Amino acid sequence: MSDWRAIAADGLWRNNPGLVQLLGLCPLLAVTSTVVNGLGLGLATTATLVISGVTVSAVRHIVRPEIRIPVFVLVIACAVTTIELLMQAWAYDLYRVLGIFVPLIVTNCGIMGRAEAFASRNPVPAAAFDGLAMGLGFTAVLVVLGALRELSGQGTLFDHAELLLGPLGEGLRVQVIEHYRGFLVSVLPPGAFLGLGLLIALKNVIDARRGARPVAVPAHAHGHGAA
Amino acid sequence: MDAGARNAAFSALLLGLFAVVGTGVVALTHTLTHERILANERAVLERALHAVMPPEAHDNDLLADRIEVVAPDLLGTPDPVPVYRARRGGRPVGVVLTPVAPDGYNGRIRLIVGIYADGTVSGVRVLSHHETPGLGDGIEADKSDWILGFTGRSLGDPPPERWRVRRDGGDFDQLTGATITPRAVVKAVRNALIYFRNHRDELFAAPAVEEESR
Repeated sequence: MSDWRAIAADGLWRNNPGLVQLLGLCPLLAVTSTVVNGLGLGLATTATLVISGVTVSAVRHIVRPEIRIPVFVLVIACAVTTIELLMQAWAYDLYRVLGIFVPLIVTNCGIMGRAEAFASRNPVPAAAFDGLAMGLGFTAVLVVLGALRELSGQGTLFDHAELLLGPLGEGLRVQVIEHYRGFLVSVLPPGAFLGLGLLIALKNVIDARRGARPVAVPAHAHGHGAA
Repeated sequence: MDAGARNAAFSALLLGLFAVVGTGVVALTHTLTHERILANERAVLERALHAVMPPEAHDNDLLADRIEVVAPDLLGTPDPVPVYRARRGGRPVGVVLTPVAPDGYNGRIRLIVGIYADGTVSGVRVLSHHETPGLGDGIEADKSDWILGFTGRSLGDPPPERWRVRRDGGDFDQLTGATITPRAVVKAVRNALIYFRNHRDELFAAPAVEEESR
């Protein structure tokens, strides 16, 4: 599976981590109360996926199978800690909003899943691209879900964009619905479940319309559950 | 050594090598970002301090003029609470302290309270909380003006028995759909004022502690 288009299609749509593999649901559900939060965590996760994918792929010939899991864990933990420190240094306000969910990227089993299922079996460029595609696919779900919840929950879009973009983001906030009273369920965790359910349903409808049956998680991308 | 043992030793060595390299990368990043992160933390704290103690009211560095006190009953936490002292020309202007309202709807609400030397509130803000979004989070200054209602109040205004939310017969509004959260905050601010009244002179007299170095 070194075909670039197949990798991109896999990460962004066919085998999307958020909608099909359903990996990494904990951060996905927790931070998507606004677009900006979703985008911030999505980008941090993407960076982690690319770094860990490249590293795991680069050492795949010298790491013996019996120690590969601890090595993957080490690589992922180091990548996340480094990203966490960099965020504290250069995006401190966003870091304060995302809080515990940045260090928790370590436990996103989607990342371990890609290291094991793809990066450890493919050359470095393909692994990097797979990390990017998977990360962007995940980010897209976070952003769409964030937009859905922010819009229905508080009637705005891109609230607090300055956390991510600095002064550039100051004027980005859009009050889509004037004098909106807010819809609490959207802001609270149940709204995240409902929203994700709707997105998965939407994806399945689109797939059905296009005649392509939804592809289930391939056998090699194991690791269940929502870490 | 037989082949199996050699293999195991090699694996162990390799794993150790990864640990060393990984730790090295993290340590390097830490060294490179340490100063900047400290500066960020300071800036955030300074912003919070200045929100409740106007910068023009004092001429000293609040962050440097800091002591720690322990008062579980009135400040809501068994941990040491930092107290920042504001002075002008060396004379006491006020203090900023960070009490905890332990009885929020969803646990502890951390506050930052500025009090002028005469016992008047110079400002209150919420540092962190877990209150319900859309209801209890009205205590945030971003979400509503409720928290600004403390500014200018003191233990005599309103009198102590009216330092309650309206539903409990006091002078402070509750929030729409949330009574427990404002009740906890009002009580915490009142307790902070009582603490300040009882310890005013010691608070200004105590020598400042060194800034912690991490």
